Amino acid sequence: MTVPEPEALLALRDASVSFGPVQALRDATLSVYAGDRIAIVGANGSGKTTLLRLLHGVVAHSGSRMVRHAASVQTMVFQRPFLLRLSVWNNLRIALWLAHRHMPKARRRERALQALCRVGMVALRDRPARSLSGGEQQRLALARGWAIRPDILFLDEPTANLDPSAKKEVESLLAGFAAEGMTLVMSTHNLGQAKRLATRVVYMDGGRIDTDLPTAEFFNSGARGRADLFLKGELSWSLDP
Amino acid sequence: MNTLAQSLATAFDLIVGGDPELLRTVALSFEVSGTACFIAAWLGLVAGAWLAGARFRGKRFVLLGLDTSLALPSVVAGLAVYLLLSRSGPLGSWGLLFTPTAMVIVQTLLALPIITALARQVVADALRDGGDQLRSMGARPLLRGLLMLLHERWAVVTLLLIAFGRAIAEVGAVMIVGGNISGFTRVMTTAIALETSKGDLPLALALGFVLLAVVALLNVVTTFVPRGHELQTAQLQ
Repeated sequence: MTVPEPEALLALRDASVSFGPVQALRDATLSVYAGDRIAIVGANGSGKTTLLRLLHGVVAHSGSRMVRHAASVQTMVFQRPFLLRLSVWNNLRIALWLAHRHMPKARRRERALQALCRVGMVALRDRPARSLSGGEQQRLALARGWAIRPDILFLDEPTANLDPSAKKEVESLLAGFAAEGMTLVMSTHNLGQAKRLATRVVYMDGGRIDTDLPTAEFFNSGARGRADLFLKGELSWSLDP
Repeated sequence: MNTLAQSLATAFDLIVGGDPELLRTVALSFEVSGTACFIAAWLGLVAGAWLAGARFRGKRFVLLGLDTSLALPSVVAGLAVYLLLSRSGPLGSWGLLFTPTAMVIVQTLLALPIITALARQVVADALRDGGDQLRSMGARPLLRGLLMLLHERWAVVTLLLIAFGRAIAEVGAVMIVGGNISGFTRVMTTAIALETSKGDLPLALALGFVLLAVVALLNVVTTFVPRGHELQTAQLQ
């Protein structure tokens, strides 16, 4: 008996992205299922961020990008979060208003408060968001993402610019989100983080999806060719992948 | 005492004594320029916010036209409005020529390109920084632009003050469409021009001081408001 494949929340088929003459992503085929926690790894310039933006639907592309529900909510936490020159509280309220304009105001308020509690920033709610430290700004960005309750939360190297303790804080928040069943797709350079948080690892090489494997298999001898070299830290610099 | 010193003394008396004609002229100047800037602000900020994020064919030409209109000679704007509102003009039946409304129209035309062009630039710079992230949260182009105006509100205050400064210091256009009618369309700049040509220096000087004080005050505000905000943020960091 054939077990039917669960319907993907989001699927790419042979999707490519070009920026002028540069082809940043070629023939990407990838499906994201509910509850997935996907880590996109690869060298600098391999196309991780472009793939993430394509999945999120914020770059022009060729090929197909299918979303299961047209009204599905997706949001992205960027490497360097952009916060409006407003208070922490107003940044959260605006994000919720943008994502859920038809939600009653009282409910949005309640959800914003829950999000602040979730990331431990209630005491900072009236602080100007831009006066927060890097780690706090990233926590606020995560609170924004969590408050929206997206079907898929995309994260572009969410801990790249943080010190070790802030990294740990952000990672434990992400682990919490994952435990609540949120679908996460993140790009990262941190293989330990990928191992700890992801259920699937996608390895990018030269603008192509080279490998897409369950995390355990990827790290336990499932990776082949350039993915294996990348894991061993033996991938040489090359202009022609 | 020489003529200049006498004129200065009389001008000082006019200001301190609250001369009715002086006050009426100053009040009308503020009313006309304030109304013009208010209208231009609504139109210009929305247009600038939209233009910053919009993509359409011919945008480059629109921006070129907008930048060119920044240098629009005020007398040309005055002439255009005069032709529109004159008896034989297309809007002549409205009977607006030589009224404060005509002066508001021409000052709006002069302030609008400044506000639109500067707002577009401010929003475009901010969008480069965070446009994708607002888009990621579901904000459409115009909304992204408007949120960036909120984000850059101190720059917006500055550009509005610049536009007000241009409007209140304008003389040629309001002279053409307002007619400089005493007690009805006479504003500070047109009064200064008239009184100087008549040789009545005290009133011209008194108005000149008030105008100078207004422009200086605007300059102080545009210099220190953003700096004060930056200091406040820095103290919190």
